Amino acid sequence: MVKVTIDGIEVEVEAGTTVLNAARKIGGDVVPPAMCYYSKLEGSGGKCRTCLVEVAAGSANDPRPMPKLVASCSTPVQDGMVIKNKTSEKVHVNRGAVTEFLLINHPLDCPICDQAGECHLQDLGFEHGASGTRYEEERRTFDPIDIGNKIKLHMNRCILCYRCVMVANQLTDKRVHGVLGRGDHAEISTYISNAIDNDFSGNMIDVCPVGALTDKTFRFKSRVWFLKPMEASRSCTKCAGKAVVWMFGEEIYRVTARKDKYGEVEDNDGKPAWICNDCRFDHKNVSDWNIEGPRKINRHSVISANHYEKANPLENNTKKIK
Amino acid sequence: MGRKLLLEHIDVPGIETFDVYRKNGGYRSVEKALKTMSPEDVVEEVKKANLKGRGGAGFPTGLKWSFLAKPEGVPRYLLCNADESEPGTFKDRYLMEKIPHLLIEGMIVSSYALGSNLSYIYIRGEYMWVLEILEKAIAEAYAKGFLGKNILGSGFDLDLRVAPGGGAYICGEETALIESLEGKRGNPRIKPPFPAVKGLWGCPTVVNNVESLATVVPIINDGAEEYTKLGTDASNGTKLISACGNVTRGGVYEIELGISVEEFIYGDEWCRGIANNKKIKALVPGGSSVPILPAHLITKTAAGENRLMSYESLADGGFASGSMLGSGGFIVFDEDQCIVRNTWNFARFYAHESCGQCSPCREGTGWMEKVLHRLENGKGNMRDIELLADINKKIEGNTICPLGDAAAWPVAAAIRHFREEFEWHVTHPEDAVKGNYGLLKGITV
Repeated sequence: MVKVTIDGIEVEVEAGTTVLNAARKIGGDVVPPAMCYYSKLEGSGGKCRTCLVEVAAGSANDPRPMPKLVASCSTPVQDGMVIKNKTSEKVHVNRGAVTEFLLINHPLDCPICDQAGECHLQDLGFEHGASGTRYEEERRTFDPIDIGNKIKLHMNRCILCYRCVMVANQLTDKRVHGVLGRGDHAEISTYISNAIDNDFSGNMIDVCPVGALTDKTFRFKSRVWFLKPMEASRSCTKCAGKAVVWMFGEEIYRVTARKDKYGEVEDNDGKPAWICNDCRFDHKNVSDWNIEGPRKINRHSVISANHYEKANPLENNTKKIK
Repeated sequence: MGRKLLLEHIDVPGIETFDVYRKNGGYRSVEKALKTMSPEDVVEEVKKANLKGRGGAGFPTGLKWSFLAKPEGVPRYLLCNADESEPGTFKDRYLMEKIPHLLIEGMIVSSYALGSNLSYIYIRGEYMWVLEILEKAIAEAYAKGFLGKNILGSGFDLDLRVAPGGGAYICGEETALIESLEGKRGNPRIKPPFPAVKGLWGCPTVVNNVESLATVVPIINDGAEEYTKLGTDASNGTKLISACGNVTRGGVYEIELGISVEEFIYGDEWCRGIANNKKIKALVPGGSSVPILPAHLITKTAAGENRLMSYESLADGGFASGSMLGSGGFIVFDEDQCIVRNTWNFARFYAHESCGQCSPCREGTGWMEKVLHRLENGKGNMRDIELLADINKKIEGNTICPLGDAAAWPVAAAIRHFREEFEWHVTHPEDAVKGNYGLLKGITV
């Protein structure tokens, strides 16, 4: 076990733990935001750079600070390490910069995007973004495409976190999509319009932090904050059958996996409870499911912060709006 | 005449063949190392020679070698980085083209030192004909018993292979090179773990530049002590410099580190001055990614000392008034050139070559390219200059690999030293469209 201090709070974690996971052990607002890291996917992280933190002291043996900010999701902790996240001005500035970079080519079409309300980029923009843009150039655009009959890809919204590529690599038996192209023209795509057809491909939608991959059976049906999330289960031969059904009245509008406050799939018997496409797309009758009860959305998101519900948003957010 | 170590026999006819190379003293270092030295001795010798990596970053080669993890029963690899794609740099190509056995010899000795029994030369896709030259030379070395099983009866086995890349700048980054060699998309890996612990196929790996590996040959032949007599106190030995731009005689030169920049540009032995009797305006001394130097900082440092061709002297003054020796891509600009146009050209290169993995580099390089393009075409405003300075500050240091820094430095330096040119493009939009700053300034300003 090693001791690490994050924003003045000491925590003891196992050697080899990343700084981000040590911060998650503390919880609350010392946890850096993560757009690409996903603890259930091997090899994820390091790409989006939103989780950059300052290392004020490298370790007990070598207490020198590190010259550059480091990605907390891929930096293992050292004994005696001192990390500054929300207490670092440098982190604050550079996280704002990363947010700006992620948004310059983003269409900002939240009003018509199904992810709105549970979008990590929306949260990030809310907390670290500027009120205006300095980007005067034309935005990079792609046409939306169908990848398979159940999933729609809006490449314009993608932040290239590579999570969906990892889902396809690690969950399904054959990956037919990946990243094509380079630089700001890199895109998630299937080579020569291949269809993604696999029992677990729907999980790509769940891991997508933005609205790049959306569920075609749910698109434009409802804003997510009008729906009531209910924990539900069914006996399924392909997956654990434990899901969240999102209801409006007596109707099920969509089915997703059960996700924790970081937007990651919860564990079931020690394994991530990914759900299969049968459960997700083909069982939308209330009679298909045992409804267990309301699901508390314990996510750091604009919905759970009630930004849409409060009559006077200023009253609620005076601390955040500067 | 400065002493040459690498290019000494470059003009001997047929030096690319094994027999001529051998007659001119080739493969002596292999005999010496394998017969009289232990691998640790070789590493120690290279460490003592204070050889700095010749690929650009200048990290001490011996130190890099000593970081290599040596777990039992796990193979180790030596990779030669011949993915030379920095604009302005073409020294490795010359060396491999003309005297391929020197690289092979260096790789045999280095592989012996590191305990690698399978080494690769990763060569950029555009150098296909060089690949053929290398393969021919490797076949000769196999036939003469310098590669393969039990080299010179020493019990050391080495297979050497050449692998071509697809022609991506990013594959010159060592972990992207490893990914590419493994047959994957050439994306840099997230570090740690470093290649010295987990590199090619998950095994400990060392990646060295062509010139660094070739330099191991004279170090072993003459000994570190003899080698360190060349150069300055901190920059030992010789360095290949590829001179290009507006010099009278461009080309690849081997210089002893520590000659003055002035001598290198104007000396008869080297570049012979600026072409067409023009005046020098700026210099990029180490490949496109290093900061550009304005005329008054080229031959003298900010402190008024003579600027030398060495790691320390070129970096004197930090980024405020210095630059870097980098890979030795020496680009000279005369008074007719436009720095904005050139900076845009470099920015376009980096935007094109960014792998697109991490957000600051993916979005930032593209953004800088667009703003510079606008400025160059007379559609910019004063705000854009500040914007550029701010964008590159926010890319620098926040990326996975050094490509982000490489893209940010030249833009930052160009604004630092040539701000009036950027401003001219804003205040003279019509002229900016018509022609370039260097040619028009005299007429319109």
